[in-house]
Amino acid sequence: MTKEEIVTGLAEILEEVAGVNPDDVSEEKSFTDDLDVDSLSMVEVVVAAEERFGVKIPDDEVQNLRTVGDAADFVLKQA
Amino acid sequence: MLLEGKSVLVTGVITEQSIAFNVAKLAQEQGAKVVLTGFPRMSLVERIAKRLPQEAAVLELDATNPEQLGSLADRVRGVGFDSLDGVVHAIAFGPQSVLGGGFLDAPWEDVSKAVQASTYSYKALAMATLPLMEKGGSIVGLTFDASIAWPVYDWMGVAKAGLESTSRYLARYLGPKGIRSNLVSAGPLRTMAAKSIPGFEKFEESWVERAPLGWALTDTEPTAKAVVALLSSWFPATTGEIIHVDGGYHAVGA
Repeated sequence: MTKEEIVTGLAEILEEVAGVNPDDVSEEKSFTDDLDVDSLSMVEVVVAAEERFGVKIPDDEVQNLRTVGDAADFVLKQA
Repeated sequence: MLLEGKSVLVTGVITEQSIAFNVAKLAQEQGAKVVLTGFPRMSLVERIAKRLPQEAAVLELDATNPEQLGSLADRVRGVGFDSLDGVVHAIAFGPQSVLGGGFLDAPWEDVSKAVQASTYSYKALAMATLPLMEKGGSIVGLTFDASIAWPVYDWMGVAKAGLESTSRYLARYLGPKGIRSNLVSAGPLRTMAAKSIPGFEKFEESWVERAPLGWALTDTEPTAKAVVALLSSWFPATTGEIIHVDGGYHAVGA
């Protein structure tokens, strides 16, 4: 799995879970500030990402995943 | 197994950290057939339900919505339950203004929403599931010790005081039908609900230090075990009770 593939996967999840336009999603975008993902939607994004990429994202880690790129890096490290 | 052959409805699952998730998991491990209700994000609850030992059906239930409450018994039958032996209420909600230190300024409109969702909903859920408990049953709710005033907990503390009283009245009114009503008063746990309380960390340190047994802020299992025990037939003569699962914090002074 490449980082680009993960970002594309995250964009699909963000569209499904939070109605984010996939064209708006890129590595430097912040989930909450740029993409307007609320806290409950973020929880679902994390759960969906765990399922899709077969990784475990611990609760304590979620607050460190500020941008789409942070999340992609974390998934890449775990996968 | 404690819940062999029993059917249990569990509300309030939203993440794996939810107290209700651990209740549903332990209930299944103890032999119960479990149905969940979810709100407000059904898609999230459905994903989390797949992480239980056995997948459970999820029904939508806004516990302040009379139509959804009114159709609940039929919808529970619709997913294969003839009756229920237990119901778990793990529901609370308050607008931002009712928590976090603004006690003196929170408007009634917001306070009333908190009381409807966190207090009245206990009675409403009991009535909604009553048609399924003709053989008796056990209703269990979750409180946070409402006998004193906490920092930042504010009107949610008032709502929990009401919940504690509501449970005693349910015990009174439903006892003749063989239905018990009890609450578990847990120490602070880092659930989704707790994270939404601004200043929640104020509880954490003193609890861990002062509780005679210590207290694990991320371990919902002791609380879930107490809920399952109250659902079981091992508390047959207990109703209107509040069981503290708080490491003993409530029993000791500073």
